[in-house]
Amino acid sequence: MGLDTKPLSTLHEKASYEVADFAVPSGREEEWRFTPLRRLRGLHKGPAAADGKVDTRVEAPEGVSVERVGRDDPRVGGVYVPADRVSAQAYGSFQEAVVITVPKEAVPSRHISVEVKGLGAEGAAYGHTVVVVEPLAEATVVLHHEGSATYADNVEFVVGEGASLSVISLQDWADDTVHVSHQHARLAKDARFTGFVISLGGDLVRISPTVAYDAAGGDATMYGVYFVDPGQHLEHRLLVDHTVPNCRSRVDYRGALQGDEAHAVWIGDVIIRAEAEGTDTYELNRNLVLTDGTRVDSVPNLEILTGEVEGAGHASASGRLDDQHLFYLQARGIPYDTARRMVVRGYLGELVERIAVPEIRERVEAAIEVELDR
Amino acid sequence: MATLEIRDLHVSVDDGSPEPKEILRGVNLTVKAGETHAIMGPNGSGKSTLAYAIAGHPKYAVTSGTVTLDGEDVLDMTVDERSRAGVFLAMQYPVEVPGVSVSNFLRTAITAVRGEAPKLREFAKEMRDAMENLQIDPAFAQRNLNEGFSGGEKKRHEILQMELLKPKVAVLDETDSGLDIDALKVVSEGVNRFRGGGETGVLLITHYTRILRYVKPDFVHVFAGGRIVEEGGPELAELLEAEGYEKFVKAGASA
Repeated sequence: MGLDTKPLSTLHEKASYEVADFAVPSGREEEWRFTPLRRLRGLHKGPAAADGKVDTRVEAPEGVSVERVGRDDPRVGGVYVPADRVSAQAYGSFQEAVVITVPKEAVPSRHISVEVKGLGAEGAAYGHTVVVVEPLAEATVVLHHEGSATYADNVEFVVGEGASLSVISLQDWADDTVHVSHQHARLAKDARFTGFVISLGGDLVRISPTVAYDAAGGDATMYGVYFVDPGQHLEHRLLVDHTVPNCRSRVDYRGALQGDEAHAVWIGDVIIRAEAEGTDTYELNRNLVLTDGTRVDSVPNLEILTGEVEGAGHASASGRLDDQHLFYLQARGIPYDTARRMVVRGYLGELVERIAVPEIRERVEAAIEVELDR
Repeated sequence: MATLEIRDLHVSVDDGSPEPKEILRGVNLTVKAGETHAIMGPNGSGKSTLAYAIAGHPKYAVTSGTVTLDGEDVLDMTVDERSRAGVFLAMQYPVEVPGVSVSNFLRTAITAVRGEAPKLREFAKEMRDAMENLQIDPAFAQRNLNEGFSGGEKKRHEILQMELLKPKVAVLDETDSGLDIDALKVVSEGVNRFRGGGETGVLLITHYTRILRYVKPDFVHVFAGGRIVEEGGPELAELLEAEGYEKFVKAGASA
């Protein structure tokens, strides 16, 4: 192998800020084959008219700066280059970006709240958000999505040296919403990132959380919880790209599905490049199928280009409620329906209890109860 | 006084083969309050099948016969109804239930069986006392049910559940297997506390005579080939200890 040829991963190599660099997907492409393109309302064909309305309100504690900036601000697109056509469409179409900065060594007293509210599903809307956490600062950001929208956006998380960022992205959309989002985290030396993606509402939700590392010591944990109802398409596409030595990543996504045409897609791509010696990674996806008629596509991909890894593994399991669990609980007098709830609640609860913001945790717990009542 | 009556019970297991396999071939047994019955037998004789069939495990199909508790048809009840009616099965292999804490589980079960939620403070005390009796670290209350428990810890928790739920009849399916002598004593004390009031019946299924030194049975039944082939008092256990199951296995096969 010559000096010019770097062993290239087969995963996610293409990136561009230009929509024109991406062909209109036909549905046969690896990255689009699970997504019902007809339900994307033209977001993938572009240019979809940007006449939709999505309101973004930011509430931040003292010491955190919140700016609305134009497209030419250098921080926009600073760490993320769109990786597919919808992402490039969003990048090329947004009017105003939100830039949130947590200054060096700051530890804000409470979380930063970004409320994204859709005011109608007709017409597409585009967004761009940048969160910069400067060195040694520690912050929590909640992205709360609700309402009706056809919305594509990109979110960049820039986590500085020794800084820590925890993000909760809650997709609590109305039934008619289409949301396609890329959420990219870039970790500096010794930075920590926890990304929590919770998808409950929406007609079609496709979230692509990705992580890249600048230097050693980066630590990314990505949790996901989803509950798919009849007709819903909830898709999560993760990519962790280990390009530098001695970084860590953990992925744990769990979902439950119920009803006809409830469709969950989980793609977990992890690349450990030749340079990334000492990488420690593990990814897990589990799906609990509560009724007939649902569909799960769960695809973990682990591409390892070095022999010097600390640990690398993945697991994916999809199945029905365990009869043994139900029998055990029922054998203690607990009625079937209560037993079923306990098992589902327990299965998702192991992740839900790790949501560090109490009001969001309670909201998710309540939402799961509503789902279980259906 | 509670009475569990099993009459001519035939049970098949659905093991995936085209023909269901008959495991129990006519079991007759009456367990009254205040009595302790030991069922002993070699592996594969159908002891555990009897336990599961009484509790209503979906894998086992009753093809004929009856099981009644104080005249009520147990076989007509769902699994949870049987438990609420007063039948308890201490499982041989308690399952791990992720994300469900011991304390939440116990409170939910007690609420279901007693028909009303216990007051939080009273429940906490009741659970703590019961755990202390069984030498269970109170920290277990917050752990996930059976998850990461050792074999002995799981069995103690089965007895804990029995003591809290106070059934009319308890079926203990090889609760003694896999226990070291200290754990066996603790578990046996729990069983003795439970039957001490004289108002509950115990059906103790075991492979070994060891537990019968701590939990004295009133009746001993030898199980072989899916039915009871010999009955007697505690002295029968001693005979089995000395001579083994061999002659009964032959009796079961020829029957």
